[in-house]
Amino acid sequence: MSQTNRLQGGQIDRSKVLNFTFDGKAFQGYQGDTLASALLANGVRLMGRSFKYHRPRGPISSGSEEPNAIVELRSGARQEPNTRATIAELFEGLSAKSQNHVGSLKFDFLAVNDRLASFFAAGFYYKTFMWPKAFWEKLYEPMIRRAAGLGSLSMQTDPDAYDKGFLHCDLLVIGAGPSGLAAALTAARSGARVILADEDFAPGGRLNAETFTLGNTSGAEWAQAAVAELSAMPNVRILTRTVVIGAFDHGIYGALERVSDHLPVPSEGKPRQILWRIYSSRAVLAAGATERPIAFRNNDRPGIMMAGALRAYVNRWAATPGKSVAVFTNNDDGLRTASDLIAKGVKVSAVIDSRADGPAFSGAEHLRGAVVTDALGRLGLHSVKVKLASGEIRQIPCEALGVSGGWNPNVHLTCHQRGLPVWNADLAAFVPGSLPPGMVVAGAANGEFSTAAALASGAKAAAGALDALGLSAAPADLPQAEDAPTRVSPLWYVPHKGRAWLDQQNDVTVKDVKLAHQEGFRSVEHLKRYTTMGMATDQGKTSNIGGLAVMAEMTGKSIPDTGTTIYRPPYTPVPIGAFAGRSAGADFRPKRLTPSHKWAAEQGAVFVEVGMWLRAQWLPRQGETHWRQSVDREVAATRGSVGICDVTTLGKIDVQGPDAAEFLNRIYCNPFAKLPVGKVRYGLMLREDGMAMDDGTTARLAEDHFVTTTTTANAVGVYRHMEFCRQCLWPDLDVQIISTTEAWAQFSVAGPNARKLLQKIVDPEYDISNEAFPYMGCGEITVCGGLRARLFRISFSGELAYEIAVPTRYGDGLVRAMMEAGREFDAVVYGTEALGVMRIEKGHAAGNELNGTTSALNLGMGGMVNKKKDSIGSTLSEREGMNAADALNLVGFEPVDRSKTLLGGMHFINRGAPADAKNDQGYMTSVAFSPSLGHSVGLGFLKNGAARKGEVIRAVNPLANEEVEVKVVSAHFVDPEGERLRG
Amino acid sequence: MIINHPLLGPRDSQEFVYLGDASLIDRPDWQAENAVDQFHEYLYQRTNPAGEHQELWFHEQGDRSWLVVTRNTLTHEITAVELARDVARRRGRSK
Amino acid sequence: MRYSGFKVIKEALTGHKGWTPAWRDPEPKKHYDIIVIGGGGHGLATAWYLAKVFGKTNVAVLEKGWIGGGNVGRNTTIIRSNYLLDGNEPFYEFSMQLWENLEQDLNYNAMVSQRGVLNLCHTDAQRDAFRRRGNGMRLNGVDAELLDKEGVRKIAPFLNFDSARFPIKGGLLQPRGGTVRHDAVAWGYARAADSRGVDIIQNCEVTGFKIENGKVLGVETTRGFIGANRIGCAVAGSSGKVMAQAGIHRLPIESHVLQAFVSEGLKPVLPGVITYGAGHFYVSQSDKGGLVFGGDIDGYNTYAQRGNLPVVEDVCEGGMSIMPMIGRARLLRIWGGVMDMSMDGSPIIDKTDVDGLYFNGGWCYGGFKATPASGWCFAHLLANDQPHPVASAYRFDRFRKGRMIDEKGMGAQPNLH
Repeated sequence: MSQTNRLQGGQIDRSKVLNFTFDGKAFQGYQGDTLASALLANGVRLMGRSFKYHRPRGPISSGSEEPNAIVELRSGARQEPNTRATIAELFEGLSAKSQNHVGSLKFDFLAVNDRLASFFAAGFYYKTFMWPKAFWEKLYEPMIRRAAGLGSLSMQTDPDAYDKGFLHCDLLVIGAGPSGLAAALTAARSGARVILADEDFAPGGRLNAETFTLGNTSGAEWAQAAVAELSAMPNVRILTRTVVIGAFDHGIYGALERVSDHLPVPSEGKPRQILWRIYSSRAVLAAGATERPIAFRNNDRPGIMMAGALRAYVNRWAATPGKSVAVFTNNDDGLRTASDLIAKGVKVSAVIDSRADGPAFSGAEHLRGAVVTDALGRLGLHSVKVKLASGEIRQIPCEALGVSGGWNPNVHLTCHQRGLPVWNADLAAFVPGSLPPGMVVAGAANGEFSTAAALASGAKAAAGALDALGLSAAPADLPQAEDAPTRVSPLWYVPHKGRAWLDQQNDVTVKDVKLAHQEGFRSVEHLKRYTTMGMATDQGKTSNIGGLAVMAEMTGKSIPDTGTTIYRPPYTPVPIGAFAGRSAGADFRPKRLTPSHKWAAEQGAVFVEVGMWLRAQWLPRQGETHWRQSVDREVAATRGSVGICDVTTLGKIDVQGPDAAEFLNRIYCNPFAKLPVGKVRYGLMLREDGMAMDDGTTARLAEDHFVTTTTTANAVGVYRHMEFCRQCLWPDLDVQIISTTEAWAQFSVAGPNARKLLQKIVDPEYDISNEAFPYMGCGEITVCGGLRARLFRISFSGELAYEIAVPTRYGDGLVRAMMEAGREFDAVVYGTEALGVMRIEKGHAAGNELNGTTSALNLGMGGMVNKKKDSIGSTLSEREGMNAADALNLVGFEPVDRSKTLLGGMHFINRGAPADAKNDQGYMTSVAFSPSLGHSVGLGFLKNGAARKGEVIRAVNPLANEEVEVKVVSAHFVDPEGERLRG
Repeated sequence: MIINHPLLGPRDSQEFVYLGDASLIDRPDWQAENAVDQFHEYLYQRTNPAGEHQELWFHEQGDRSWLVVTRNTLTHEITAVELARDVARRRGRSK
Repeated sequence: MRYSGFKVIKEALTGHKGWTPAWRDPEPKKHYDIIVIGGGGHGLATAWYLAKVFGKTNVAVLEKGWIGGGNVGRNTTIIRSNYLLDGNEPFYEFSMQLWENLEQDLNYNAMVSQRGVLNLCHTDAQRDAFRRRGNGMRLNGVDAELLDKEGVRKIAPFLNFDSARFPIKGGLLQPRGGTVRHDAVAWGYARAADSRGVDIIQNCEVTGFKIENGKVLGVETTRGFIGANRIGCAVAGSSGKVMAQAGIHRLPIESHVLQAFVSEGLKPVLPGVITYGAGHFYVSQSDKGGLVFGGDIDGYNTYAQRGNLPVVEDVCEGGMSIMPMIGRARLLRIWGGVMDMSMDGSPIIDKTDVDGLYFNGGWCYGGFKATPASGWCFAHLLANDQPHPVASAYRFDRFRKGRMIDEKGMGAQPNLH
């Protein structure tokens, strides 16, 4: 394919020809092209369709602000919707598709919307589609939704990786145009740690797009030299293809580096993109400026673009959007555009200058005091209508039109902490107002538009920042550069009865803004939300100022009095995958593995997520096809002989010091002061509001040494709470605490043969007979010939049981040793399911019962709240609402018909009462099939339940339209007297 | 945000867990006659200032210090960071 | 003016010359029967129901900026009535029923779209908790369905069923849940209230209260003193600031920022609202095509209406954990709104200690869905000096009495609700 619109020169590497396709058609471009520049060089101006009216569109910019030329890039799982062709770097094999049309890009059936535009004026949908009521969800909305949206997702998992990184610097320079480079050079030469970030792949900013000289070299060459100098310095890091997306608190900036987007696929081991968090002492914002359009009838035709973009395409990429080009301007930039075009050999058919008194221009026909009133050429511009100063209308043929309405400083990052920009009447633009702490603004971003001013302000900004850091800057060595004044005569739109576009992507026209005004949507936020102006993918970069100007005219206010919308991060759109980084899919959160994990995995255990932990849920044996078979077996084996369970996940907190007992006495609602050494006690911990926070056992290993356990779920929170109490409430209690959860591997050994098994591994000098080591005893021992261990005689299962702890690294060895020792007893390892079954059979509360809304009284432990001492939560437990006569009590339930199954989450309704909220008596929290009893059992909270034992009520499950008659019983289903655990 | 830990220097706030108003240090006397009222005020009522706010942060991913951070709730500017233990002692808390 | 398809066509054919302002821009009167402070969703809804249901039309809504500029204009637009506790469920169901008739009531299309709200569960315990909640809903006469994994797959086949860190075990679906075009709610209420004579006064900031002998007489504003018999304050996010002007310096509320997110426009991928149960992430797709999503609050007290990166990352991590196909969709805009986080996660609609001054706030980050019921119940309270039955639990004294309404069981820590 021939590149019919390719010019001479430019910063492209013609030795590297790149093949690519657009809508299936093959093209060629060069290394250094963007998709947009390559398409333009191939004579393609039509690249997309607008959102609402499906108008044919081409690029209006050469940068990240592009609202029109957005495409689906790549294919398969890497399909990337809404990619701006203007910044998509060309690579060999690139494939892109136009988006948002039904039919082809040229013949889009939904372009009918454009014919019906009058019916689709701003906010029309708020006024209709209301009748008949049911039609909204059935007809209207599905229709709207089908038509809406831009690009499409592949619906496949993104195959690429994203990384996150952290960088630190003295000075962050945002933007590598003339001011940014001057700032970076100044700071770097003084030895400061500098990070220079630029969104382009070629640093230089506008220097790459203009024909200015700096000193004796071209702007682009000067930029390259500056980058070369900076790259050689160890205190400088240059991040190209990196957009700074947000200015966050305390000098933290977010930045997105597009590491691999210019490649067909990321190189081996490389991420697609990196989200950087940059910690900077100071920052120089040198983000440049964005040129703004002038609205006129049909100003959205493919071929019409910003004058500065036109210069960039011609100068940097040697591509022209048309053989003959006209320019429409209200400032001197338009004249420069015409000169550049002529220098490149492009025919300039006219320069239409809205200023009657602007400077003269001789290179082409210069129509002063004239405006463009219409553009012709639906799929590509072929001529414009111009209203001359005389009032005469003339049609001028041209394939492209460069429009310059002046420039808007890119103030966005200055506003991310709610700073407001201020209006500069000379520039007819908003410039930075109050700044985030540590930020200074330089160059065009600060309204200093000439190259000389940009260089000087960049150097000055860096010097100021260094000074604030106590570093001294060497005097800047800046080249000579153009220093033209900015002369702009504001012109926002050309009045006409036709439609003139403000927000091109969202199809918001001057008429829409006027309608919004007519209907009272006059504040800038109402205007935005009512018309959707500024809500497109460019977030108003190319549209907002024009809309504000129209509204200001309507209300008779000034533009600054009309206001601006809020600038929000990110500066340009960021893939969601980049914010997630590696924490996606299976790696969403780390996995914590128990010490016996490897052993359990070898046994074929089924694992379950318990917070971040993976625990063995059950361990199926050969022939077991249903989980209940495994669980029932594990329970039966444990209750019948002995079972082992890894309980390492339970929180373990070491509490030491002379005041340790007093500390625990205040942390728990029940007393701990008099717990003897060598004994364990159950403790119930309340929140200050009197609700149960956690429970567990505490062992007194020495006068001044306790070990407290927490539930798995609350291990972190309980420790935090204890530190709060220690440091903030009682800072002079002499007590130290430390979490030892990960220091100890802990196993429960339960069942009638538990002692016999343990006696085989506990070293013989330790007597663990019932007399020497009774129920609720504890002690430090050794096992397996000298390995230090802790033994606690506590039971969650209700059996004769111990918990034995060894240093974590011996956990795997211990479980293997115990299984070996237990072989003669047919010992089993049981998982969390069997653990749960046995605790339900014993009526122990667990996470389902300690749900944050249950008090000691609800849990049947009201009597434990000791009123003779101060403890967290005891005072507020006294409130009337927590002591009502019909308070919920934890009780047991069994089905009247033993064959029935109970379900957690059933509600209780009295017999004969309608099943409705008024008659709700409580809810089932935990259920299990009890292999010991041969039927379902449940725990639950029942109003006044403690006094209702023996009563038969209904457990209802309206979700499944079922109910079961249940008998209210004691929660202690198995061995209610507790004889087994004392044996 | 960055919290300048009095012992460890500047740390990312992501290392910390936030609790709330530093008035949570001022736990009432359980034996006071209107103890329930006092505890109700202590636990549930907040001045919630728009401006300078003293608040409790726990260095969970660090040295496990509770800190009292003085931070402006309008600008997020941090003007002081102290160990909560020191603040608690200054407010008369002991054992 | 009545809006209709016919009117839209007529105006389209005649150059849109006939449209008039959606609401007047009146000068404040010297005195009103009732003043509502706050031109957000709740304040405007209050005004509408005062006029329509309770016959009170000598009413002004005072808004310091532009109406709908607070949280009604910066939320994730979700509506649902899938609450657990008796104190909440009837209220939110009342709200849902008002949503279902909102457009016809207001003659304004707020695009109430009942495409379903699906809460995913990832553990057996979570499923039991969902069953408890779903059954509670059904006992209250509210629609709810408990889905197993295959049921979820039918609705949302694109979820990560294969490699999620926390596997999807099922979900609780409320088919009547959905989304509403949030700005349109404020505008619809404003226009409807205005049509009944309510004065909606923008750019009118309350700077003080006139209180004599414990009775409120009116407010000082940036547009002068305005008298009133009764004043309702519906300024969630700024409750502390406004109530302090009435001498009420302590409330069971903290101000926190919630960030929310929208992606670039995409062709339809999501059927309704989906919430992740093992991370903090909820998402829907707007009629325009953007993925609208959110997660946890930043977690520190703030009035700054902006947040920080850690939560942005956390939310996107949640999204990428269950919807790995959104990785290449681009996040377009992040915004922040200031929430009244209450001490039990539930709101307050109550009298204050100042005679004639009423309070509506503490909505945490669930206030949007409550808008109609909040307006109705607050109007009821303002008109009758009595709480509406479905809002009778939303009292200030519930904390003193130990009758908290704590859906999440997090206790007196606002940033955990």
